Amino acid sequence: MKQKLRLYCNTDQLVNLRQFLDLELKETTLTEIDSLQVILAVEEVCANLIIHSHDCNPTEFIELYVLRKNETIIFEIKDYGRGFNIIEYQEPNIDQVLKTKRKGGLGIMLVKKIMDKIEFESNGTKNTCRLFKNL
Amino acid sequence: MLEIKIIKEEKYSILHLEGEVDASNSVELDSSIQGLLEEGESGILVDACHLEYISSAGLGVFMSYLEDFQERNIKLVIYGLKEKVFQVFVILGLDKLMDIKNTKEEALEEL
Repeated sequence: MKQKLRLYCNTDQLVNLRQFLDLELKETTLTEIDSLQVILAVEEVCANLIIHSHDCNPTEFIELYVLRKNETIIFEIKDYGRGFNIIEYQEPNIDQVLKTKRKGGLGIMLVKKIMDKIEFESNGTKNTCRLFKNL
Repeated sequence: MLEIKIIKEEKYSILHLEGEVDASNSVELDSSIQGLLEEGESGILVDACHLEYISSAGLGVFMSYLEDFQERNIKLVIYGLKEKVFQVFVILGLDKLMDIKNTKEEALEEL
């Protein structure tokens, strides 16, 4: 199984992303609750790229590949632009989010709590983020 | 797709959420809450019975008001969350920080 979705950098596309992922995950043994969390984690990474790395420019796009390897499902998110290194990023803790009244910062926290493994690599122009979830 | 309806009762307002809250529409949730605050509302019930999904953009809206609400003695209570949506709050520990109830009756007791 290897499926691909191209997402143009507009937050209106996120609903299409969820529909695509929902179909992909229906073929797995994940429960409804786990599936929703996996969809959420992938969306958080994509939304982050669309908004912060591509400034919601709808002429630019990111690509998502879904792969199955043994008992693991892998979401590979590729984009061309200034990369976002999710592994090096130090997300704030909940207290900081409360104190500063910032509306961001929770997304990456969710990704790190939901996914079993995260990889990031960049060659300067092409960035790849891989999210692994054990089935 | 997110639909927000505001129902005004004598002593509180109900913010009825239907559909999905994500980065494309969380600003609508924000401005609805902001609007209620500007009108001087001190009790807000969030009816989440028909909320199917919420991403960090929506959670962040609620979080951004928590301290203000405490300082100004404004109550915001969420009720009717589906289990799959409630579990998203649990991942971040927001179930401990926010007032979340099962039913409208229980939520009303918090006001």
